[in-house]
Amino acid sequence: MKLNGEERAMLAGETGEPRRWAVEHMVEVGRMFDAVDFVPVAQAHMMADTESLGEAGVAFLEGLAAHPPAERRVRVPMLTDPRGVDLSYYRPLGQTEEMADLERRTIAACTNLGILMTDSCVTYQTIMPPVRGEHVAYGDTGVVIYCNSVLGARSNFEGGPSALAAGLTGRTPRYGLHLDRNRRATRRFIVAERPEGLTDWGVLGGLIGRLCGSYWEVPVLEGIEGAPTSDEMKHFGAAMASFGSTPLFHIAGVTPEAPDLEAVCDGPPPEPVEIGRKELEGLRGNFGASGDEVDVVVFAAPQLSHVEMARVADLLEGRRVHERMALVVCTSPTVAADCERLGIVGRIEAAGAVVLRGTCFYNQYAREIGEANGWTRLLSNSVKIVNILGGYGYRPALAGMEDCVTAAATGRVP
Amino acid sequence: MTLRLRCHPGIGPRVEGEALVAEDDFSARYDLDRLAGTFSRPGHKLAGLSYVDRVLVLNTAKGGVASAWMLREMTARGLAPKAILFNAANTILAQGAAFAGMALCDRFEDGDITRLIATGDHVIVDPPVGLVTVLERAAEC
Repeated sequence: MKLNGEERAMLAGETGEPRRWAVEHMVEVGRMFDAVDFVPVAQAHMMADTESLGEAGVAFLEGLAAHPPAERRVRVPMLTDPRGVDLSYYRPLGQTEEMADLERRTIAACTNLGILMTDSCVTYQTIMPPVRGEHVAYGDTGVVIYCNSVLGARSNFEGGPSALAAGLTGRTPRYGLHLDRNRRATRRFIVAERPEGLTDWGVLGGLIGRLCGSYWEVPVLEGIEGAPTSDEMKHFGAAMASFGSTPLFHIAGVTPEAPDLEAVCDGPPPEPVEIGRKELEGLRGNFGASGDEVDVVVFAAPQLSHVEMARVADLLEGRRVHERMALVVCTSPTVAADCERLGIVGRIEAAGAVVLRGTCFYNQYAREIGEANGWTRLLSNSVKIVNILGGYGYRPALAGMEDCVTAAATGRVP
Repeated sequence: MTLRLRCHPGIGPRVEGEALVAEDDFSARYDLDRLAGTFSRPGHKLAGLSYVDRVLVLNTAKGGVASAWMLREMTARGLAPKAILFNAANTILAQGAAFAGMALCDRFEDGDITRLIATGDHVIVDPPVGLVTVLERAAEC
């Protein structure tokens, strides 16, 4: 990789060990993907839940945070993804003091690094959405795919260490989605029926992600008339990124880089693949549960928006969570604070549900809290979360938000 | 017979070990019980098998960003694969391998790596050179 004078100085350790490590790490990754140089980034966003970090990751952060402020503080605004423990509500979930201590250490280290602990995977809805063409270094695949696709920003999937390296240096290797040539459509899908509701959008996203299968495939969709809502795009993108490893999609006539099909194609468009009800039911059928009892209902992945929170509160009106059941709602601290002010959190909690702030169910020791609470049969409206949790010892099932709330109240999926 | 498989220069050190192969995709978050050192996702073709000290050979990376932290944590606890070979890595697994000091290679010249190597093959992975050598085929043992 070609480094400028400032980057060479950082690599030589002239600006401290944290930035030396950061450039060294990014050069190693950049070479793997044939990056020629670095590109400046305007923001970074780091996934740093303690279940993933473990002792090794937390100790690494603490090591960086022990350096003098001039050497350790990030150079561009840097946000965080959901944490592993909501410190205001962890014992009732069966999380341990050891988990909470790891969380406290992580928060202290990140704060000392100058990171803004937003603890959110919906920063594009709540904190600072990037603008079209802006280069950023985001963690959380849902954040990346939304910002690339819906907003036209430019980010690769950045794991925690690489996002941190970008934050410390204000740059990232110029490869992948930072390059025009990797943003062109390679797969083409014609959608026969517009999805209705968040779960159906998630099913469509999951199916396309599974069909694309690789980080380096870029799907373009036709057949979607009119703009979906932000929450629909959120569930669509998050599921696509989860089932495949897809960081970017285009919807002809909807997303900013695709005013029409030709705008995202080099030469003749790829051969179309039609997606109809049969294909969607094929994916949904893996997560069926009609008539079954469930142990826990989860609204998360991605964290809920204000609008989703209000909808959950409305659906719970006049109902109570069944005594044998738990209903867990995960949202960002920003949304939670607003929803407390608006009385929405109070209405949800009055019905017996739990609102967690700054976490997401699957990255908060899902296996351990499942075992502690006897949760095996899990129901959610999130296609992303039912995809993930099979590996955590759950039998996950999928239903729309309305049916999820009914299941929480009755103990059985309608 | 020794088989030499060229690939794109990768990440991490030269290592040697026994292959564990499936045509499935991979995520440390989605697919593993990292405390037990086994594949835990019921639908995964390697479900129930230990990945510890094996050279994992899989199709591509999938899912979220957590693997980037997890590979280092798995290595620190001595419950990690020695190397991962993909047909196509994604950015997360490459970043995670770099952070963990784990060997990782992809983009093989001779085609689908999950068909070129079989479970039980003894292989040398040399990321700086971009070469994987199969020393001993399991089928020939």
